[in-house]
Amino acid sequence: MEPTDAAFVSLARAGDADAFRVLVERHSRALFRLAYRMTGNESDAEDVVQDSFLRAYRQLGALDDQGNFGSWIHRITVNCSLDLMRARQRRGERKQTANAEMDDPMAALPSPNPAPDRLAMSGEIRERMAAAMSRLSDTERWAFALRHFEGMGMEEVGRALGCQPGAAKHSIFRAVRKLRRALEPAMSPVK
Amino acid sequence: MNHHHLSEEELILRYYGEAGEPADAGQRLEECGECRALYGSLQRTLNVVEALPVPEPDAEYGARVWRRIEGRLADRPSGWRQALGRWPARFPWRWAAAGTAMAGLLAAAFLAGRYYPANQRTAQVAEADRQAREGVLLVAVDDYLERSQMVLIELANADPGNALDISAEQERAHGLVSETRLYRQTAAGTGDAAVAGVLDELERVLMDITHEPSRISPQELEKLRERFKAEGILFKMRVLGSNVRRQEEPGEPAGARKL
Repeated sequence: MEPTDAAFVSLARAGDADAFRVLVERHSRALFRLAYRMTGNESDAEDVVQDSFLRAYRQLGALDDQGNFGSWIHRITVNCSLDLMRARQRRGERKQTANAEMDDPMAALPSPNPAPDRLAMSGEIRERMAAAMSRLSDTERWAFALRHFEGMGMEEVGRALGCQPGAAKHSIFRAVRKLRRALEPAMSPVK
Repeated sequence: MNHHHLSEEELILRYYGEAGEPADAGQRLEECGECRALYGSLQRTLNVVEALPVPEPDAEYGARVWRRIEGRLADRPSGWRQALGRWPARFPWRWAAAGTAMAGLLAAAFLAGRYYPANQRTAQVAEADRQAREGVLLVAVDDYLERSQMVLIELANADPGNALDISAEQERAHGLVSETRLYRQTAAGTGDAAVAGVLDELERVLMDITHEPSRISPQELEKLRERFKAEGILFKMRVLGSNVRRQEEPGEPAGARKL
C-alpha cells in the first residue's frame, strides 16, 4: 500500500527532503489546476505552485493535522494566488488573462491530447466563455473560482478574500450572472 | 395567481446548496415554469463552466516543479541537521536526556575553554580535542538557533486574518526554553554579556509564547509580531547564527571562533 501524506509529512518535518519531494510530485498537478483557475494563465499558475510548496516547506512545522496536507497546501495555493494578483494590482499591472490567453484560451493550451469535454465544447461557447471570464473583475473571478471550483462556502470565500461574507456572495452572484448572460444564447436546453 | 418568482440570487444559492434560499423553493420550482426555466439556464451555464478548459500538466510536471524549487529550499536541513532532527523519533527519552546533558557539558566546556584566559588553561588540554569539541558544539548551537528562529518566523509569517492554533509552535518553544537557558547561563558565566543578553531576550520570548493560549486571535498575533519587531530579536538571532556558521567553515582558525 502506498504510504499516506501523513507519513511523508512526518519524515519531511524531520528534515527528509526526499519525503517532501514525494509530496511535491503527488500534489503539483492538482495545485496547478487550482492556480490556473485562480490566476487565469499558465505562467502565473506555475509560479504560484512553486511558491506554494516553498511556503509549505517553511511552515511544515505549523501543520497540525499531518494527514490533512492536501487541504492545507490547497489553502496555501489560494493564498499565494491572491498574493500574486494583489501584488499585481498594487503595481497597477493588468492581469494577462484579459488581453492575452483569454482571447483564445484554447490556443494557449499546450496539451496535445485535449480532454473529451474540451473537444465537445463548441467553438462558439468557448469564445463566449473566454470573453465572459475576461470581463469578470478580479474579485468576481476569485470569489467564483473559490466557490465553484474549490467548493468553499460563501463565508469561507469571504474569509479567504478578506471581505464580508455578503460582499463575497454578491461577487459570486455578479460573476454567475455575467457568465449566464454571456453563455445562455449559445446553449439551447435539451429538448 | 399572485406568484413571486425565485430570484437569480436565490437560485444560485440553491445550486450551491447554500443557506438563504426560500424554504418553499423546491415547491415553487415545481409549480412555476418561469422559475424552472431560469434555474435550468443557470444549471446549464454552471455545468459548462465546470468544463472550463484547464491545461492538463503531463505526468512529469511534479518532477519539474521539484527540480525548480529544490535549490530554493534555503532552510532545507543538511545531512547532519536531518540526523539531529530525527533524534527524538529514533531514540528513547533517556537517550534524549543524556544527549541534552552531554550538550550541556560540551557547551560549558566549549565556552569555558573559549573565554577562560589563555594563561590559565591547563597544558593538558590538547588542541585537537578542543577543536573537535568546538566543532560539535557549533553544530549543536547552529541547530538550536535555527530551530528557535523557525518558531519565531512561522509566527511572524502566519496568516493574520484568522484565529490561529499555535499549539505546535508552543510545544517546540517549550522544548527550546531549557536549551536557551543552558546556553545563556554558560555565556553569562564566561562573561559574554552580549550573547547572554540576546539569549535572555529569546528565552523570555519563548516563555511568553508557551504562556499564550493555544488558539490566539489576530490581535494577539499582531502583538507578538510587534514585539519581535520592536526587540529586533530575529535580526539578532540571524547575526548570532551567521557568526556560528562562519565558524563552522573549515578554513576558520580555531582561535577566532566566537559564539
